[in-house]
Amino acid sequence: MPEAPIQSDIGSLEPIAQMLRYRIIKTSHESGTPHLGSCLSCTDLLVFFYWHILNINPADPSSPQRDRFLLSKGHAAPALFQVLAERGFFPRSDLDGYGEDGSLFGEHPPTPSALPGIEAATGSLGHGLPMGLGMALASRIADVPYSVYAVLSDGECNEGSVWEAALLAAAQGVSNLTVAVDYNKWQATGRSNEVLGLAPLAEKWQAFGWCVTEIDGHDFGQMADAVEKNKNDPRPKAIIANTIKGRGVSFMEDDNNWHYRIPTADEVKLSAQELGIEV
Amino acid sequence: MRNAFAAEVTAMAAEDPKLVLLSGDIGNRLFDKLRGGYPTQFMNCGVAEANMMGVAAGMALSGLRPIVYTITPFTTTRCLEQIRVDVAYHNAPVVIVGTGSGLSYASLGPTHHSLEDFAIFRAIPNIRVLTPYDAPSLRSVLREAVGSGVPTYIRIGKKGEQDLVPPESAVGIGKTAVARKGTDICILSVGTIGPEAIAAADTLSESHGISAEVVLVNTVKPLDEKLLAGLAARFKAIITIEEHSKSGGFGEHVSAFLAQNSIATPITCLGTGDKFMHSVGSQSYARTYFGIDAASVVAAAQDCLKMPAGVAS
Repeated sequence: MPEAPIQSDIGSLEPIAQMLRYRIIKTSHESGTPHLGSCLSCTDLLVFFYWHILNINPADPSSPQRDRFLLSKGHAAPALFQVLAERGFFPRSDLDGYGEDGSLFGEHPPTPSALPGIEAATGSLGHGLPMGLGMALASRIADVPYSVYAVLSDGECNEGSVWEAALLAAAQGVSNLTVAVDYNKWQATGRSNEVLGLAPLAEKWQAFGWCVTEIDGHDFGQMADAVEKNKNDPRPKAIIANTIKGRGVSFMEDDNNWHYRIPTADEVKLSAQELGIEV
Repeated sequence: MRNAFAAEVTAMAAEDPKLVLLSGDIGNRLFDKLRGGYPTQFMNCGVAEANMMGVAAGMALSGLRPIVYTITPFTTTRCLEQIRVDVAYHNAPVVIVGTGSGLSYASLGPTHHSLEDFAIFRAIPNIRVLTPYDAPSLRSVLREAVGSGVPTYIRIGKKGEQDLVPPESAVGIGKTAVARKGTDICILSVGTIGPEAIAAADTLSESHGISAEVVLVNTVKPLDEKLLAGLAARFKAIITIEEHSKSGGFGEHVSAFLAQNSIATPITCLGTGDKFMHSVGSQSYARTYFGIDAASVVAAAQDCLKMPAGVAS
């Protein structure tokens, strides 16, 4: 049986997130892995789910009763890898050869069979939610109780398959499925509300029949409230998490150059100072 | 074949609570028994095939045995990336069934034709491609595919197909059935085009003094190389026929095998050409239009017996 979630005190999550941010930035510098801005905007969401919500046991990563977490925005895998290592799915030392030839750790998650803790090999946008929906439906069909959580990017909501999944989830009343949209207002080459007509995003999910809560995606208390207050709602849940791309480092925040830029050694040092990490 | 499919799926659902049929809003009334008897094992996913394929992969990764069912172009090319990434890359045990394959829906126009699926699936790792040739053949391979846990694409016809061999002769995945015995040439017939091959063999025998063996192929991928080598040794020439493009089709695959193994048996590949059919018509009309009818096989057989060994067309 999976363990109960760690249920870390909400107040204890911030230092974990800051430490992971530093490791993500340092790894980006060392391995040349991009999508730093996208990783930092959802780090708080990942920490919240992995330390406060998910019913998982790193020692038994394929337990049928485990909660499923899908990083549908697979390009934030550098953040997920740090989270999984810190949660104990594999030793942190496994990340030493990050990005090197033959490593499992790169820009996107590998398949579950290749790396324990991964539920889906995402990276092509718009795949994680449909797969997560299938997992949530399987819980009901096979009568094995668990919940499914998927983190999507706002740019990812360009994909039609996201909205196909939203429609089916509503029609089937899939109440054990929660989507969190990392709404950092940017996608690869522009503002997500300008590239396509994304806004009003919360209203769109609501119109698709979902139970929607809009929050500050860097406020752990608001995240906890959003999950808690709607847990008995029969609809699928969407959390529209307003976030800042590059969150945590002043010179990266809301600067879309950091979608692809790799930090220099000096910038890693500066980041450590701003995040309050002693190196 | 679709009626046999519905009946077999219903029977399998009764035996295996993990089996789930996902339909892309087709099969009106076809699945009433399944829906009535096992409501949690049937889901209409709407006209949203990309999502349906992802849902199936998610279900398969959670221990279920999903079968995805809709008209072939929509369960193949429409959601190809979901097949490649969610099903094949994850090695998720999803069975994808395309109904009305090839030119079954000739009268609906090229939007509903499927003449490129073998070519596409041949290049995608992990996934198997099955082509049952009649209803008993479908029942046999479907059951085996679901039980195997291997990602599988099954291409079926629509309705009214005749049995090509006695039902008790239905063979499993990767095996072949012989519909006509012969000694001169071998006609390798893929899936539901079988009746054309059989009619051609009968004409060749009755009117042209050519003895043609008709081998019914239910598995396009993986290729049974041992079988091919044996047939190439036994016959003066091989003809392949498929309701699929010649480009990237079964015949091309067989030709490549023969060439790469320096097997000089002449081979002629019949398939559709590099064009869309803009006119409408019956399946029979479309087969004639593309040169994959019985008359085309008869002509090809006469031609290939005139060829010296080592010359292929």
